[in-house]
Amino acid sequence: MRPLNLMAVETPSVNPDLPAALVAEIDEVITHYPQKRSAAVMVLHALQDHFGCLTPPAMEWAAARLGIEPIQVLELVTFYPMFRQEPAGRFHLRICRTLSCALAGSHALHGQLCRNLGLDPEAHGLQTTEDGRFSVEFVECLAACGTPPVMMCNDRCHEAVTLERAEAILNECR
Amino acid sequence: MSTVMQREAPPATTGTVETFTVKVNGREVVVPRTTPDPVSGQALATTMIQACAAVGVEVPHYCYHPKLPVAGNCRMCLVEFGTPALGPDRQPVLNPDGSLQIRKSPRPAIACATPVSPGMEIYTETAGVKQMREAVLEFLLVNHPLDCPICDQAGECKLQEYALDYGRSASRFEEVKVHKPKAVDLGPRIMLDDERCILCTRCIRFTRDVVGDDALGIVNRGGYNAIAAYPGRQFDNNYTLNTVDLCPVGALTSKDFRFQMRVWFLKETKSLCAGCATGCNILVGSRADQVYRFTPRANDAVNSGWMCDAGRLNYRWIGREDRLQTPESRRSGARHWSAVLEELAAVLEGAPPGSVAIIASARQTSEELYLLKQLAAHLGARTDSLPRIGEEDKFLVHEDKNPNSNGARLLGVCYTEMGINLPYVVQDIEAGKIRTLIVFGEDLTREEWELPEGWLDKLETLVVSDILPNGLTKRAHFLLPGCAHVEKRGSFINAHGRVQRFMKAVEPPGDARPEVELLGELLHRLTGTPLPASLEGLFNRMCADTPALKGRTWADLGDQGVTVPV
Repeated sequence: MRPLNLMAVETPSVNPDLPAALVAEIDEVITHYPQKRSAAVMVLHALQDHFGCLTPPAMEWAAARLGIEPIQVLELVTFYPMFRQEPAGRFHLRICRTLSCALAGSHALHGQLCRNLGLDPEAHGLQTTEDGRFSVEFVECLAACGTPPVMMCNDRCHEAVTLERAEAILNECR
Repeated sequence: MSTVMQREAPPATTGTVETFTVKVNGREVVVPRTTPDPVSGQALATTMIQACAAVGVEVPHYCYHPKLPVAGNCRMCLVEFGTPALGPDRQPVLNPDGSLQIRKSPRPAIACATPVSPGMEIYTETAGVKQMREAVLEFLLVNHPLDCPICDQAGECKLQEYALDYGRSASRFEEVKVHKPKAVDLGPRIMLDDERCILCTRCIRFTRDVVGDDALGIVNRGGYNAIAAYPGRQFDNNYTLNTVDLCPVGALTSKDFRFQMRVWFLKETKSLCAGCATGCNILVGSRADQVYRFTPRANDAVNSGWMCDAGRLNYRWIGREDRLQTPESRRSGARHWSAVLEELAAVLEGAPPGSVAIIASARQTSEELYLLKQLAAHLGARTDSLPRIGEEDKFLVHEDKNPNSNGARLLGVCYTEMGINLPYVVQDIEAGKIRTLIVFGEDLTREEWELPEGWLDKLETLVVSDILPNGLTKRAHFLLPGCAHVEKRGSFINAHGRVQRFMKAVEPPGDARPEVELLGELLHRLTGTPLPASLEGLFNRMCADTPALKGRTWADLGDQGVTVPV
C-alpha cells in the first residue's frame, strides 16, 4: 500500500485520449447497474486495462462519467490493491500468498523472483525492475487453491510453481 | 417519572407521530417512533442516543453529531440494552408483579444508530459499558500521537475528555505508531493532521450532506486510512471552517486560529455575527480585550450550528491600530466627551428645523437606531440608511450585508427600500437647505454611493461617528468614535425578523464609547429628559414605542431571540 502524497501539486485535468470503442464499452457497462456510480470498479478496470494504470486524468474522466466526485474515485483506487496509479512492468508476476499457497512455499517463490530480478523481497506492494520489464507483487487468493503455489504472469495462471518452474517462466519472458 | 422528548415535530405530511415509552438507566422516557433527519427532514426511527439525550444522559461519542447523518463508525457509544421478552404466543412475558420481563441483549449496540422499540431498556452506566468505552478509547489512541501540549484542540478535545473518564494511566501499546501525512494543506483556511484524525467522518458528512460540496474522502486502507481532498483540488467552500468545530480531535485546524491561543484562556461571550442579515449566533473567544476567534453558537431558528467562513474571519479589524479612539471637535479643538458633546448640543440646538439630516447605518444596533430616530424627531431631521448588497448563497450567506436592516426599517430610520432618501438629502445639501449632516457608521465619500463632486463642501456642520478612519471622518467637524459590536451590548433584527441580542466581549480602545451612551447623553442635553440608564431599560422603552416590537422585553430575547413580523 503506497501512502498517497497528499501534498501533490496541481494536476492538470486533461481529458485522457480514449478510443471511441472504449468509451462505448464503458458506457455500456454503466447501463448494467441501477446507479451509475455502482459501475465505478468495472469502469476503472477498463481504464486500467487500457492505460496500464490509473492516471489523474483517467480518474477524473471516470468520475465525470459516473456523476461522482474525483475524491470518491480516488478512495476506490487507493482502497483496492489491484488498482495502481503507476504502470506495471511488461510482465506482471502476481504471486498468491493466501493460505494454501503460503503453506506450499509462496514466500520462497516470491523471495527468489525478487532476488533474481534485483528487487527487495521485504518490500510491500508492487515492485518493478528498472528496465520496466518485470513487476512482482504478492496478491491475495487467485482461486486455484488445490494446486499451490500459484502465480500469474500477466493473464496466464501457472499452478504448482516450483522454484525451477518460476525460473523457466522468467527466462521465457526475458 | 416520564419526560417528553423535546424535538421539532416532523413535517405535517407524516401526520402525528406515534410515541412509546422506553427506559434509560431505569428512568422512563416517552419518545416518538420517528425523528426527522437533521439534514433531509425525512422521518427516521428514533435512536437510543436521542432517547438518552431526552433524559439528559450523555452517551460518549465521536462520530455521532445531532445535526449530521449517522455514520456509526467510532463505536464509542456502545451501550447495553434489553427488550421485552416474548412468550411462545408472541405475547410479552410479565413478571409476577405485572411488569414487563426484559430480556437483556447478549450483545451491545451502538446508541447512535440503533432504533428504540417500545419497552426497550437502555443501560449506559454498567460495568460492561464502561469496559467497552475503555477498549474503544484504547484502540483510538493506538495510532493517535500524544502531542496534546502542542495541539490546538487541547482543552476542547473529545479524545482528551474521554481519556480522562475512560483512559488508562499508561499505554500498553509497544509497537510503532503508523505515520501519516502532517500539516496537509487541505484548502485556503484548513490545515489537516492525518495522524491525529480518528476517522469519524464528521467533516466528510458535513461538507457532503450539509454544504453539498463533496470534497473530502478517506483514501488508502486499514491503518493507513487518511482524510484527503482530491490532489490538486482545494477544500474551499463558504463553510469549510465548520469542519474545524466538528472535528472532535485536533486533526482539522483553522489556519487563522492555530497556534494563536490556548483555548482554555479564552473567555466566551454570546454574540452575533454582524457580517450579513442572517445574524448567525456566535461565541466570541477573547482574552485580555483581544478577540481571537468567532465560533458558531447553535440556534435552530437561525444558523443551526454553523456559520460561514467570511463571517468567522471578520474580526481582525476590531483590534486595528488605527481605530478611532478620541472624540474631537475640530472647531474648538476639544478632545473630551463632555466638552465635545456640550459643543455639539449647542450647535444642534441652534439648527433650524429641516436643516438637519441623519444618515444612520443598518450595521448599528436597534437601540442606537432608536436613539437616532429620537434625535431626528427632536431636530425635525430627515433620516435614511444605506443598502449594502453583496453575494449570497443558498445556505447562510445573505445578500444583505447589513446585520440590522430590518431594525432600521422597523424603527423608521429608512423606508423598505434603503437609501432612496439619500439623493434628496444630498440635493437639499447642495441647495443649501440642509446645513447639518449627522452620519453614523457610513463612509459617504465612497464612490459606490455616486454622489456629486464637492457636495460635502456646502455643509456647515458635519458630525461623524465611526469606528475606523475613512474619507468622511477626515472631513468631520465633530468626530465621535464608536464601538465594534463585540465591544458593546445591543440587538439586531435579522432578515427574517429574528430579534437577537449580543453581549459585550471586550473593552473598546481609548475613549471610544458605545453609541447608545453618547447618543443618550446628547439627547439628554437637547431634551432635558434623561433616557433609561441601562441598555435593558432602553430596549424595553424602544419596544414600547415601536409597534412591531410592542410587548417585547430584553429578558424575552434570551440567548436565541424572538421572531417579530417584518
